[in-house]
Amino acid sequence: MSSKEEKKNSIIENALKLFSKKGFYNTTIPDIAKAMSMSVGNMYNYFKSKEELAKFAIKYSTNILATDLKKINEMDASSKEKIFLFTKKYLENVQKSPEIIEYFLRVYLSNREVFQEGCEGFLCVSEFVTEVMILLDEGAAKKEFRQQDFFPAFAMIMGALGGFAFLSGEQVLDKDIISYSDDVAENIYRALKYEK
Amino acid sequence: MKNNERNKPKIVWLQAITCNGNTHSFLSANVNRLKLFLNSFDLIYHPSLTTDILLDDLLKKDEEIDFLLVEGAISSNKEFFQLSNQTTNEILKKLVLKSKYLIAVGSCASYGGVHKKFEQNNNILGLQEALFEHDTSTLKHPIVNLTGCPVHPEWIFQTLFSLKEYKQIALDEKGRPKEIYSYLAHHGCTRNEYFEWKVEANSFGLKEGCLFYEQGCRGPMTHSNCNKILWNDVNSKTRAGMPCIGCTEFDFPRNNMLETKKNIGIPDEVPLGVSKRAYLSIAGVAKTFKIDRLNEKIIK
Ligand code: SF4
Ligand code: SF4
Repeated sequence: MSSKEEKKNSIIENALKLFSKKGFYNTTIPDIAKAMSMSVGNMYNYFKSKEELAKFAIKYSTNILATDLKKINEMDASSKEKIFLFTKKYLENVQKSPEIIEYFLRVYLSNREVFQEGCEGFLCVSEFVTEVMILLDEGAAKKEFRQQDFFPAFAMIMGALGGFAFLSGEQVLDKDIISYSDDVAENIYRALKYEK
Repeated sequence: MKNNERNKPKIVWLQAITCNGNTHSFLSANVNRLKLFLNSFDLIYHPSLTTDILLDDLLKKDEEIDFLLVEGAISSNKEFFQLSNQTTNEILKKLVLKSKYLIAVGSCASYGGVHKKFEQNNNILGLQEALFEHDTSTLKHPIVNLTGCPVHPEWIFQTLFSLKEYKQIALDEKGRPKEIYSYLAHHGCTRNEYFEWKVEANSFGLKEGCLFYEQGCRGPMTHSNCNKILWNDVNSKTRAGMPCIGCTEFDFPRNNMLETKKNIGIPDEVPLGVSKRAYLSIAGVAKTFKIDRLNEKIIK
């Protein structure tokens, strides 16, 4: 990675934290520059606008999940095991870097207008969606998952995980988030599993 | 025999277990090309045409054959199929011994085709499978498989003229001429732009939309040049709005040919040479674009 890219990534990481805490509109470029101890002018050498930064940030954060899921997809394991492994990874991410998931829930999903141009449809999250497709396709091909339309199946996974991340963010869970991992995975698996 | 026919290569067209479809296709060839063919070759025997010679004579006589064209599958089971009181297998072997080139015309002759699905007779084979090495030892060239259901007449002409001129043609690993079968039916399809942007046709016969996801089109995985060498010089299945059913491939006919097998909405097979991950990521993105022009009727 070039040093420019490294710098870009560290700006994104700082922006993710601020965006997910304060929201997209309440965070300004000077806020981010301040967190980076950078001049505002220098910030614009890396990102032309706050909108552009927001789009890079969604790619960056979902690619972390995509990389996790890709590794799991490439493992020699049953689709059920893969669901359990991915759920665990996801919840670990929520615990370790909550800003990544929060950004998705609080900025990407609630400020659609920011992402209308240049992030149409799956464009900025495609690597992750592709990995979910691979997981579902293989499971159904091996008859571990039943046949159904893609979107209900996709929503079953992402809805459960996203919802759980939300509960964690609201601090209403009474146990450590990771300890729910198998139960959440079991729910997802039951929604998808093949029935004779 | 007319004098000028002496030097023309002799062709015998044998019909084994067949529906006659390749003969129909052949007789629908472009008139000028058919004339050129008849002027350049001597078709001494074809069971659907009036010829001077009968199959029986041919088997008895010491007649040399340049090109033996076989339409239909081969069986050595007498109960189900015979010609002149012999099995197609026996006839084939006798004729091959007199021939220089052996050409399978159509998918049934190449690999057994639809007849191979007949469960009561498990001895239905394509030429290559039906013959042992010693049966073909006198041939000058490996067996040529002109697959297709039916074969395009131009593919037959092209093969015959090439062999006549150059004695040799390049074949792929399935015995098909590379010149014809290195293309995919998808090449030259007028729906390529719809394919790229994942705009689907929702019924047969429309001018608009691609037939890949919903109608089972096999164009992107079928080796043939149907969209380059058009049928009747004017059209192809996919141009007309009928999905390619992969008739030139080894596994033809497959089950559920007008359906795309999917897992949770994701196609089980993706175009040849593309990894599933790469295909899904491009297709997933392309699908989310809505290009008005491609969602409208071409002619309003
Ligand atoms: S209709 Fe078939 S051959 Fe034509 S573009 Fe679509 S997939 Fe390719
Ligand atoms: S388009 Fe496909 S099914 Fe039709 S003739 Fe060509 S290869 Fe066969």
